[in-house]
Amino acid sequence: MFYDTDPSKSSRTMLVEDGGGRLTYGEFERFYESVSGLLRPGTLMFLLCENSIGAVALYLTCLRRNVVPLLLERNLDRHLLAGLIGTYRPEYLAFPADMEERMCGRGGEGEHGPAEEAAPVASEETERFGYRIFRSEAAHDAAADGLNSELALLLTTSGSTGSPKLVRQSRRNIQSNAAAIAEYLELDETERPITTLPMNYTYGLSVINSHILAGATVLLTKHTLFEREFWDFFRKEGATSIAGVPYTYEMLNRLSFFGMDLPSLRTMTQAGGKLSPALHKKFAEYAQATGRRFIVMYGQTEATARMGYLPAKDALRKCGSMGIAIPGGRFRLMEDEKTEILEADTVGELVYEGENVTMGYAACRADLSKGDERGGILFTGDMAKRDAEGFYYITGRKKRFLKMFGKRVNMDEIEQMLKAGFGEIDVACTGKDDAMRIYAAGADEDFCERAAAWLSEKTGIHPRGIRVLPIEKIPKNEAGKTIYKDLPDDQ
Amino acid sequence: MTNLEKYNKIFRGMFRKTDEELPALKYRGIALWDSIGHMDLMGELEETFDIRIETQDVLDFTSYEKGKEVLRRYGVEI
Repeated sequence: MFYDTDPSKSSRTMLVEDGGGRLTYGEFERFYESVSGLLRPGTLMFLLCENSIGAVALYLTCLRRNVVPLLLERNLDRHLLAGLIGTYRPEYLAFPADMEERMCGRGGEGEHGPAEEAAPVASEETERFGYRIFRSEAAHDAAADGLNSELALLLTTSGSTGSPKLVRQSRRNIQSNAAAIAEYLELDETERPITTLPMNYTYGLSVINSHILAGATVLLTKHTLFEREFWDFFRKEGATSIAGVPYTYEMLNRLSFFGMDLPSLRTMTQAGGKLSPALHKKFAEYAQATGRRFIVMYGQTEATARMGYLPAKDALRKCGSMGIAIPGGRFRLMEDEKTEILEADTVGELVYEGENVTMGYAACRADLSKGDERGGILFTGDMAKRDAEGFYYITGRKKRFLKMFGKRVNMDEIEQMLKAGFGEIDVACTGKDDAMRIYAAGADEDFCERAAAWLSEKTGIHPRGIRVLPIEKIPKNEAGKTIYKDLPDDQ
Repeated sequence: MTNLEKYNKIFRGMFRKTDEELPALKYRGIALWDSIGHMDLMGELEETFDIRIETQDVLDFTSYEKGKEVLRRYGVEI
């Protein structure tokens, strides 16, 4: 497993923090020795994550020690966290040291914290890297609900917050996906990826897993692309790759990234949603002109992380495609549950088969004892088509469509049309049958009128079915995906 | 409208703050002024003052006050 001991790596640097902290693979072994004895195997830990050495080292320790971590963002809403704790009754709660007052209920007047009733588990190593671990007093009761022995890791379903629904990932899932990613990205120990995504997000985590497997060095920062500190760290440590969601690439474009002097950069990967074809082309052309690689990828938390990738050599030729299945995986398109689509250029639901298809979901503690419910097959809920050469194109999501006066309309395509037609405007399409609503960030009345008229003309949808409304900003999660349920509810 | 009025109007509108609250605003200091907010802010300022803010200046624009210095480099006196 990628998190097991490998003496040949011990002198290599595993993690570097922008605050100056470093950890070699050999030093991680000492961290593990110090911390693992404090944790009982077969238990559950809630790990509030930030991109730091403490968080990554603790995560890897959990995997090796057979403690199942649920990775959560450190800023998760207090009430949501309390709800999750109530639902899953974790034996351990771990968080950055600067959250201790808040977590232990000593922050505000009369406010309770989730770790209030818990006992600290002391370790010099975790202290050194700024993490606190608390063991819940309720741990003894919870021990009755044993965890499935294959279960390695729990993640929230990306996009939805507030939902207690978790994805159950097995040891085989995370190992096979890390190995497939390292293979198709041709990772070796000289790689130095810089974090631009949170580690509790499946894509961010897959960068860490695949690079640890390769014996590489992961550069950890909490700064954003719009901060000078990020780029100073990038240059000082010679980052070789950057991983981004579509929004990351919009930010890079905004920053005139193409003119930046970044000699160490070799690879840019993109996942977490479909990049606009215009930006895909721009970055693919930049990569080709500067001898770099631009690799579009496709995945879901339900498939551990990655399912497809577009090889760098095809980035321009197949602009707009998410590529082919990763090593060891297979895609097919289904007309319905039983009928496979064999013809090219025909849209159907994308189905993936591979070792990285996760065990299933969990909604309560008892579900954590369940075994594999999917048998290696995932109906992705994404609609796709395949061209004659076998490259796949995502055309939308199964459920994001409206019937407009009898005609099926894909809301993701409406968004892409508006972005293509009006430039960089951020829009979110929602609504009900015969009443589509489009929110346009920062738009004025004049724009809304023009956009509605333009869209009606382009799609042939009757104008009374389309309303374009101004909104201050489109609600997004940390990965930049639109949170549709947070859009205004007015009709 | 003076340049200051235009500048303040953009900040008030984007970050839902009053004039009195503006001088304390910093990038990542409030939820609305995150990376997405920053990108939108740059776009609004460019449109309002008819300028194109360069990479280094996008990074230098770390607060409401610092932003005034940045705009001065483009001949926009606030």
